[in-house]
Amino acid sequence: MNSQVASQVNLVTGSQMLRLLWLIPALPLAGFLLLALFGGRLSRRQVARVGCGSVGAAALITALVGADFLRAFPDRPSYHQMLWKWIDTSEMTVGVSWYLDALSLLMVAVVTGIGFLIHLYSVEYMSGTGEAGVSAPAGRAGEDHQGYARFFAYMNLFVAAMLTLVLADNLLLLYLGWEGVGLCSYLLIGFWYREPEYGAAAQKAFIVTRIGDTAFAVGLFILFTQLKSLSIQQVQTLAAEAWPIGSNVAVIVAVLFLVGALGKSAQLPLQVWLPDAMAGPTPVSALIHAATMVTAGVYLIARMHQLFELAPSVQEVVAMIGLLTLLLAACSALVQRDIKRVLAYSTMSQIGYMFLALGVGAWSAALFHFLTHACFKALLFLAAGSVIHSLGHEQDIFRMGGLRRRLPLTFWTFLIGAAAMSGVPFITSGFYSKDWILWSAWSSPLSHRWIWFGALLGTLLTGLYSFRLLFRVFFGEVRTQPIGEPGVAMRVPLLVLAFLAVTVGFLELPRTLGDLPLFSRYLSHVLPAIETIPGMDKSVEALVQIAVTFSALLGMGLAAVLFLPRATFVDRLAGTSLGRALVIFWRGGWGFDRMYDGLIVRPWLHLTRESGELIDRGYESLAVAAESFHVWLSRTQTGHVRWYAATVAVGALVLLGLFAM
Amino acid sequence: MLTTHALVLAIMLFCIGLVGLLSRRNVLYMLLSLEIMLNAASLAFIAGGARWGQADGEIMFLFILTLAAAEVSVALGIVLQLSYRFQTLDADAFSEMKG
Repeated sequence: MNSQVASQVNLVTGSQMLRLLWLIPALPLAGFLLLALFGGRLSRRQVARVGCGSVGAAALITALVGADFLRAFPDRPSYHQMLWKWIDTSEMTVGVSWYLDALSLLMVAVVTGIGFLIHLYSVEYMSGTGEAGVSAPAGRAGEDHQGYARFFAYMNLFVAAMLTLVLADNLLLLYLGWEGVGLCSYLLIGFWYREPEYGAAAQKAFIVTRIGDTAFAVGLFILFTQLKSLSIQQVQTLAAEAWPIGSNVAVIVAVLFLVGALGKSAQLPLQVWLPDAMAGPTPVSALIHAATMVTAGVYLIARMHQLFELAPSVQEVVAMIGLLTLLLAACSALVQRDIKRVLAYSTMSQIGYMFLALGVGAWSAALFHFLTHACFKALLFLAAGSVIHSLGHEQDIFRMGGLRRRLPLTFWTFLIGAAAMSGVPFITSGFYSKDWILWSAWSSPLSHRWIWFGALLGTLLTGLYSFRLLFRVFFGEVRTQPIGEPGVAMRVPLLVLAFLAVTVGFLELPRTLGDLPLFSRYLSHVLPAIETIPGMDKSVEALVQIAVTFSALLGMGLAAVLFLPRATFVDRLAGTSLGRALVIFWRGGWGFDRMYDGLIVRPWLHLTRESGELIDRGYESLAVAAESFHVWLSRTQTGHVRWYAATVAVGALVLLGLFAM
Repeated sequence: MLTTHALVLAIMLFCIGLVGLLSRRNVLYMLLSLEIMLNAASLAFIAGGARWGQADGEIMFLFILTLAAAEVSVALGIVLQLSYRFQTLDADAFSEMKG
């Protein structure tokens, strides 16, 4: 009730543009409905217009709403819009209502902005026949008209679900979005459904994330039964009042939420689905499996930060999982052959950094890395898509090479992306975000030295694997002839994202370099400031920065030494028995797939087969019993009228006797 | 007293009818026994109606009369069909519909 009153007050005082908030998720949803219902009847051009336009319009409205929101920002830190009541019982009231604050505005801006660029890119990438004249291989969609509309319908639905997730005012609506993005991820990974292994990858992604989603749902149930509320803001204030720090309930709920986040964000031990998810079209990988959906876990933890602060032990686990994932994934990224799998492992690794930051209490640093990562990883995926596109769907980096002169635009944008990911100092966004995380890992009271050293090793590996990829693909001799640079619709997103991958870093300049904390000041109204242990002054920060810079540059230099000349040393290293075993082990993602296969999948299948017979026997005996009872009972049906009359009379007598008693 | 007598008579009629229904094999006699049982029930209603001075008992009697007429008309039709088909009126001979 209170929230409704508050929303009405807000509606009165809120200015014109903020009221359009509901349109942001509604427009992509409308686009989805239009494409799903009438996609078959629209021409290709119309499909592209609807699919791209709905997200573009949402981005435009986000800009208007954002400008309006920021005009009165520090005085009005949040805006609440109630559309209608979704579930209304005496026990609980859940509304379809949006909540806009600094955090959700950031997420919405990334989802719609980068989402629009990726949609624009897809117009050409998915067209099958681009300007370069590449036709999609047989069996792939894009050749058929329905596939084109289907692709944009799913993508629009994804954007709508993701916006629901980040704008939701209560946890149930958030969960709706959470499941919605999972569904779209499944649909888009298995987009080329004629190939069975792609379908298997889609199912794997769906089932593995389902483990996390189930834990998340259980967490919601516990939260609701304990606190009788699902509103995100209310729940956290209630929890902070009701539960002491480190209490059992808080820890259990935080663990369940964490497992949900791990599944969605492909972190250890639920990370196995992400590399296989690369079966989807490249724009899907860029949008869902790099920029937005996989960071939903980061958003969830940041959103529920008060809850996690009540469970410090869980927060420590978050940091450790982040560290472990970032190191394991970085090693795996080093040895992959498939260009998209390298990027998939690098995504896991970078999200590991975000989790690490969340774990050490550097909430805004995690979100800053989310922002920069969304820009440079989307850029890398789109540039990789451009390479794949021009090579006729070749994804093996050992069959690429020397593309630097043939695809100059792709090369330069990829270079910017790789540089941002490795954290080339001063000029790239990745440097500022990663430096901030490492500084927090050094200076936070929640962190340990070894976490920092692990993260530092991670920066070295990041530089190594990103530049290995760059050198393998764009340097050396030409192995596959490219067809040529992509058309305008693919070039524009590449250029815009390259620009962003450089410039968004300047939103937060550290104390040692200009001291301009715009981003942390902006988020300080939602997320608590990062604590530092005493004695951490500028000179220490400068030393940490130098260490990070040095480590990243060392990684890049190492890559240049190892892979730029004909890479004979590396080949010899990989040729030794130990090297070969390590390559196979890392390429397979540290044997997690095989472990799960042996520990869970196979025993489970065995169990179902064995116990199936046992259980069947139980049901069969039930059927036999029923049949014999029926035979016995049917004997009373003699067909003799007098017998029936006698039984009726006796029955009546018995009944009378019973009533008389 | 009158009520008691009437009810005793009704019970006796009912028992006679029931015994006749169970012991007679001829379908026609079974129908006769049924009629006796119906009349026993009617008599009980009439007795009740007279005892409490209510018209309900007589109304129930009229209902039972109608029911008996309808039942006899249908039953005699069935008996006719049975005797055509089985050439007998022995109820035990008609046991086609056993389970």
